[in-house]
Amino acid sequence: MAEGAAAAAGVKRVESRDAVVIRFAGDSGDGMQVTGMQFTTESALAGNDIATLPDFPAEIRAPTGTLAGVSAFQLNFSSGQVFTPGDDLDVLVAMNPAALKVNVDDLKPGGILIVDHEGFNEPNLRKAGFDHNPLEDKSLARYQLFQVDVTKLTAAALRDMGLSARAVFRCRNFFCLGLVSWLYHRPIDVTERWLGDKFKKSPELVEANVRALRAGYNFAENAELFAVSYEVKPAAIQPGKYRNITGNTATALGFVAAASKAGRPLFLGSYPITPASDVLHELSALKQFNVYTFQAEDEIAGIGAALGAAFGGAIALTTTSGPGMNLKAETMGLAIAVELPLVITNIQRAGPSTGMPTKTEQADLLQAMYGRHGEAPLPILAAATPADCFAMAFEAVRIAVKYMTPVILLTDGYLANGAEPWLIPDPDALPALPVHFRTDPQGFFPYLRDEQTLSRPWVIPGTLGLEHRVGGLEKDHLTGNISYAPSNHEQMIRVRARKIAGIARDIPPAEVFGPAEGDLLIIGWGSTYGSVRQAAIQLQAKGHRVAHAHLRHLNPFPPGLGELMKRFRHVVVPEMNMGQLVRLIRAEFLIDAIGINKIQGQPFKVSEIVARSVKVLSGGGKSA
Amino acid sequence: MTALTKKDFVSDQDVRWCPGCGDYAILAQVQKVLPELGVPRENFVFVSGIGCSSRFPYYVNTFGFHSIHGRAPAIASGLKASRPELSVWIVTGDGDALSIGGNHLIHVLRRNLDVNILLFNNKIYGLTKGQYSPTSEVGKITKSTPFGSIDHPFDPIALALGAEASFVARSVDVEAKHLQDVIRRAHAHRGASFIEILQNCNVFNDGAFAGVTEKATKADQTLVLEHGKPLVFGKDRDRGIRLRDFQPEVVTLGNGVTEADLLVHDEHNPALAYLIARLGPPNFPTPIGVFASVDRACYEDELGAQVANAREQTPPDLRGLLNRGDTWQVE
Repeated sequence: MAEGAAAAAGVKRVESRDAVVIRFAGDSGDGMQVTGMQFTTESALAGNDIATLPDFPAEIRAPTGTLAGVSAFQLNFSSGQVFTPGDDLDVLVAMNPAALKVNVDDLKPGGILIVDHEGFNEPNLRKAGFDHNPLEDKSLARYQLFQVDVTKLTAAALRDMGLSARAVFRCRNFFCLGLVSWLYHRPIDVTERWLGDKFKKSPELVEANVRALRAGYNFAENAELFAVSYEVKPAAIQPGKYRNITGNTATALGFVAAASKAGRPLFLGSYPITPASDVLHELSALKQFNVYTFQAEDEIAGIGAALGAAFGGAIALTTTSGPGMNLKAETMGLAIAVELPLVITNIQRAGPSTGMPTKTEQADLLQAMYGRHGEAPLPILAAATPADCFAMAFEAVRIAVKYMTPVILLTDGYLANGAEPWLIPDPDALPALPVHFRTDPQGFFPYLRDEQTLSRPWVIPGTLGLEHRVGGLEKDHLTGNISYAPSNHEQMIRVRARKIAGIARDIPPAEVFGPAEGDLLIIGWGSTYGSVRQAAIQLQAKGHRVAHAHLRHLNPFPPGLGELMKRFRHVVVPEMNMGQLVRLIRAEFLIDAIGINKIQGQPFKVSEIVARSVKVLSGGGKSA
Repeated sequence: MTALTKKDFVSDQDVRWCPGCGDYAILAQVQKVLPELGVPRENFVFVSGIGCSSRFPYYVNTFGFHSIHGRAPAIASGLKASRPELSVWIVTGDGDALSIGGNHLIHVLRRNLDVNILLFNNKIYGLTKGQYSPTSEVGKITKSTPFGSIDHPFDPIALALGAEASFVARSVDVEAKHLQDVIRRAHAHRGASFIEILQNCNVFNDGAFAGVTEKATKADQTLVLEHGKPLVFGKDRDRGIRLRDFQPEVVTLGNGVTEADLLVHDEHNPALAYLIARLGPPNFPTPIGVFASVDRACYEDELGAQVANAREQTPPDLRGLLNRGDTWQVE
């Protein structure tokens, strides 16, 4: 914590808060994502537990000042444990009328509303659909409204620098960051360092933004604007070294770590698609780790190239989102037939079709499960939190290589762009990922299976005496030669399915948070983790016998899941879809599980899960 | 290493093309050339898509990958990019490479991975029992075009040149020696080598290239390209291709017309190659041989160099990577 901040704040009243939810909202050109990310870093360094939710439009630059162009970044920082970015806002920073209109309903009554006064001009009001200025009537009376001349004050701070009006305007976000940083006793030196690094090629931009940042900080301190400042004490979190990490970065690092542990090159074949492209970007810059990235001509070539690299012995990966998954389906089937290791990462977004590319959803689970022709099972994993993407990427490679199978890893837009503190693992403590290429021609058959895993040998081209052919035609169960024998086909279908089902013996049983038996078990998967866990905590605090199990392995299911569910009176499954895991559970276990569904491109609020769980507990049944 | 022979490249699988299929001849020439190339057998990989031609890898005793329709170039690209020491061959057909896989074909050529592409062009879909293909002529009567095809075809050579291919050639299934020579040249070329092989489907499109394969007509209907030589053809070597007003024309030598008036083939000139690629029936002979051969960096070399440079400049440090950016210690 910046000691100067605490001392300065001392002259005014300081109040303590356990947790604060803040959202920065502005035009997509206003730099709200950067502001939010920097406030996140400051808060992490201040020792708080945090969770973030970036929310931005698909258009790179939607028309200025419009509702469609509003970009926002939400952060929950706390002295306790944080699981979600928060339901309702304590603070809203709105840079223009459109940002106010889109976001103000989420602000708690009595919440802090900071607006750029000059942004509320006639054209902006009109574009946001206001017929009068909301700052001048009583419509915002239930909030603590702070009107700040952000634009003018930023310009004043940069006056003698000779910058264009446009360049000055673009520094406003750092003025606001300074302002809010003072209000919550955040250290701004970390942001100054970040600016110095980010703009190291243009010192003028460093100075301009640092000046704006300091001006905002000093203004908040000196002006009579805020009577109170707030402190949020550091959280009691597991000791160790932390960094802030987004899901996409964690995904990229997980694959690099896995390939490194396997001692093999990492090959990514990928085609740009929102919200997956950042993994391609990250890995493209990590070539020193023996990372080969191939930006393919299309989604099909992305997975095709990856499969070719797998044939050659690389740790092979393709990354995409929903529409790309459809295009990759045929090659996944081939990977299943030739039994080569390959990880397909689907960073889910709202569909169908182009849907809402920047918004999150979990509606690709059944596609992952069944979206191929023929009997084509493969393992499916899902990351629960941004940092968990690291562990699950690593796990995906482990399973792919050990079982010689394509593996689907599901994350989503919320995990991809959301960030949380990550307890940095010790690379030496990561498990080894042994890769064995068969080189012994003695008794070699391409489809001779390991008795335990049922996987076939990985034999890479260049291996003397082991020349053989693989392909998509059905193969003899031993020689791999083309076979149309009826019984052989059934044998191959069954053994491939048995191989995947057998992975259940090699994964941890479902973890239960809460009582081992009770009235309600909430089963979640993927990015709903935070909301579900927080909901379970709240329900437990109210005295309900509620537990939470979160599935990271969706095919096969973790062992013991069926027995676990039978120990609860009700089972509910919250999902950001129309009910996909719930269908699998009902089909697999014949349990009358109930779906809790939200399909709005936005994560669950804790309150939504709590409310529907209470309804089920009180006998509301299926209407949940 | 004991010397390899053709026998070493014959797999234990029965060849199951139709009797009389042109694919047999191509397989035989490839199996004849492979042992001469100085590549260990285990370093050869044949990748194919779907179609009659794509059964090829099963019959060659090397590593092989029979993949899915049209995607062989994508799979081969990933393999070659990550294993540049392998000799990677793509076997495909006119439907596989030019229709469903058209996108992958042009991009593997553009990227110039050092692979050899053998496109068997029989102007028909054989495995699906006789529908027209992207190289079938307008008016072609097939099972799916009982009133004649209305699709305008394109030319594989012109397409490959348009895709910036660095080596483009055409040969004929039954021209054993010519085909062997072209295959040797393709292998020797560093970069993506594209060979269109005119191949007879005696079941669904018999005689599609009769003009260039029948003894009676072939000398008059085939133009054999040779680098640095004038474009001369004909039974009596008395006809040639001349350029007038940027339009090629067939001229007869004599009466004041000499070889000096004819176009001279230059493999290093893709613009000329394109002009020659536009020649063909009914007004011109069908050119065969190497249309273009130009030097251009290979994708896998550049990619490997980037990886090597990165490793040299920043030694891989996993701990450092995981600890990147702002970190903080919680006690």
